[in-house]
Amino acid sequence: MVLLITYVFLPLFWLIVNSTKTQASLFSSFGLWFSSEFSLIENITTLFAYDDGIFLRWLSNTALYVVVGAGGATLLATFGGYALAKFDFPGRRWVFILILGSLSIPGTALAVPTFLLFSQMGLTNTPWAVILPSLVSPFGLYLIWIYAAESVPTSLLEAARLDGAKEFRIFFTISSRLLAPGLVTVLLFSIVGTWNNYFLPLIMLNDPKWYPLTVGLNQWNAQSSTVGGEPIYHLVITGSLVAIIPIIAVFLYLQKYWQSGLAAGSVKQ
Amino acid sequence: MASSKKSVARWLSVTATAAMLAGSLVACGSSDKPVETPDAGDVESALDEKSSLLVWGWDPAIEPVAAAFEAKYPNVDVEVVNVGTNADHYTKVQNAITAGKGAPDLAQMEYQAIPQFALSDGLADLTELGAKDLESKYTPAAWNNVLVNDGIYGLPWGTGPMALFYNSAVFEKHGVEVPTTWAEYTQAAKDLKAADPAVRITNDSGDAGFSTSMIWQAGGQPFKIDGEKVEINLQDEGSVKWATAWNELVQDELVAPISSWSDEWYQGLGNGTIASLTIGAWMAGNLESGVPDGAGDWRVAPMPVWEAGDTGTSENGGGAFSMLKGSENKIVAQQFLEFMTASTEGQTITLETVGGIPSTVAELANDEWLNREWEYFGGQKVNQVLADSANNVITGWQYLPFQVYANSVFADSVGQSYENRTDINEGLKAWQSTVAEFGTQQGFDVTSK
Repeated sequence: MVLLITYVFLPLFWLIVNSTKTQASLFSSFGLWFSSEFSLIENITTLFAYDDGIFLRWLSNTALYVVVGAGGATLLATFGGYALAKFDFPGRRWVFILILGSLSIPGTALAVPTFLLFSQMGLTNTPWAVILPSLVSPFGLYLIWIYAAESVPTSLLEAARLDGAKEFRIFFTISSRLLAPGLVTVLLFSIVGTWNNYFLPLIMLNDPKWYPLTVGLNQWNAQSSTVGGEPIYHLVITGSLVAIIPIIAVFLYLQKYWQSGLAAGSVKQ
Repeated sequence: MASSKKSVARWLSVTATAAMLAGSLVACGSSDKPVETPDAGDVESALDEKSSLLVWGWDPAIEPVAAAFEAKYPNVDVEVVNVGTNADHYTKVQNAITAGKGAPDLAQMEYQAIPQFALSDGLADLTELGAKDLESKYTPAAWNNVLVNDGIYGLPWGTGPMALFYNSAVFEKHGVEVPTTWAEYTQAAKDLKAADPAVRITNDSGDAGFSTSMIWQAGGQPFKIDGEKVEINLQDEGSVKWATAWNELVQDELVAPISSWSDEWYQGLGNGTIASLTIGAWMAGNLESGVPDGAGDWRVAPMPVWEAGDTGTSENGGGAFSMLKGSENKIVAQQFLEFMTASTEGQTITLETVGGIPSTVAELANDEWLNREWEYFGGQKVNQVLADSANNVITGWQYLPFQVYANSVFADSVGQSYENRTDINEGLKAWQSTVAEFGTQQGFDVTSK
């Protein structure tokens, strides 16, 4: 247990401790404890001012990709998964095979072909290049599908149909509520996935103005290891700390839905 | 963290090179019209028209140089974009070339990357734009770096002649003389470790750039390129000379197994546990900005040599700017290249912004620059030592036409020798076979000795 806690919290502790240090004291003081100077506030101020405040821009880019990308992915996965679980139509089996198949292809393997495709369409180096691929979430679709099959009783839908409700009304008033825990789970996964997405934007974007935090911070990190580059490890560390705060907040907020969702799935109704 | 970053970088260069293959096959069928060398009138009218240039690079000096150029030619708009450093940058350049869209007019290119991009037909041959006349402006060593198969694929911007940077306080404290030969260097490494078990003469965990530079200075010429023919022999006299000497340092733990540029590395340089670096001249600027704790302690000495009385040195790093083949603004782009790399104005801005070593003969002999007393180095006239090294670089060295890939797999072979403390020569042989196989797959005619 102690080991586990150490494994989980030590990096976070390290991050907090070291974001209070200046670039100089970062290398001259013990890594796991505070140095004599406390410069967290100063680091944060420098962070947002460095290179004409590009960090704020990266932060808002990430927010944009998360809201549109992860939000859209969750919506599409919910509609699709629900439809696949509750409606019988020709070709359903093929869709199933296709989705299982696409789950098994790692995203990195698709990055270069996707790049060439987007380049032909003139979409590279625009936010669309990051948002459009993020909208597709085979895993989310699969999860909602399974979840809908289990937690939305078909008899309930039939009852609603008998009462004269149209499919859209059934979905928004009944099914969507029953699906809520599953939906939140998918949302959480999509948010974390998009927030941490690195490879896709790295390939797609050339202009630092469109970088998300992951790529931007890595660029700052790499800058320390080049000729003429100014080492700014203290800003990279402080930036990483700032970057994980929103995701921790989202996680804590959505956790209650998530937990109830897990419990709901485990009890026989 | 370091290892995951490394593997991403490796993956990137593998994709980049795979994409390169596609590019080089296409290249065989291309029919480029020869461009006539523009005369002064063409150049003048091109500069007077409204035009724009896109420059990709990561060096902080590009921005101010571009601003100066814009001030001189108000109708030219130069946009500078930093798409990433080394590996990321090359991947993006390669992707843009493959996609045929979105490529810049000019891109920063380290010397080791030039053959790869030149041979995959991504770069413009500047001979057609009159670059031949500029040869005398650059030092021979710098100029040699941009030539590939008789074409000129960039203009040298800065070079990295090697020198010995050392922490004089550490050497003095332990009463160790600063080595001038590699034999003395090994002895100094032993003495330093004996005096203080925490101190190592340098760090080295297996670095492709460092190893090839050392082989270069030892007189090795493991890569010989002639058109599509590539000859690899990492067991030639120079390679064996270096590997054998270095075996002792690695196996007896006389060098710290720390990767350069890691946070541990900066820490070691700051607290004196890494006492010296044999590295490119540009390190002077990086020490000043990255190791403030060492101010006043560090000095620069000539690179140690194999036999007392030798003078030959080699280069480590350094780079050029290349023009992409697809640039639609070649005349203006060429003017910017010349301004940036060959003019006093451009070189002065660069030297003031990032330091380093000029690639032009005139600036290298400039008294004001040579006699500058560098406060960080205790008032030493550092540039004189660096300029001497620049003038003594052994000529004739060639990099592989897939050096970016080769360097990315260095850790799998030579790196293993370091890690297991086994014979580096074995690592070099393993590296050679991996690299030769890759080259053959890429369609090169590889002879592996």
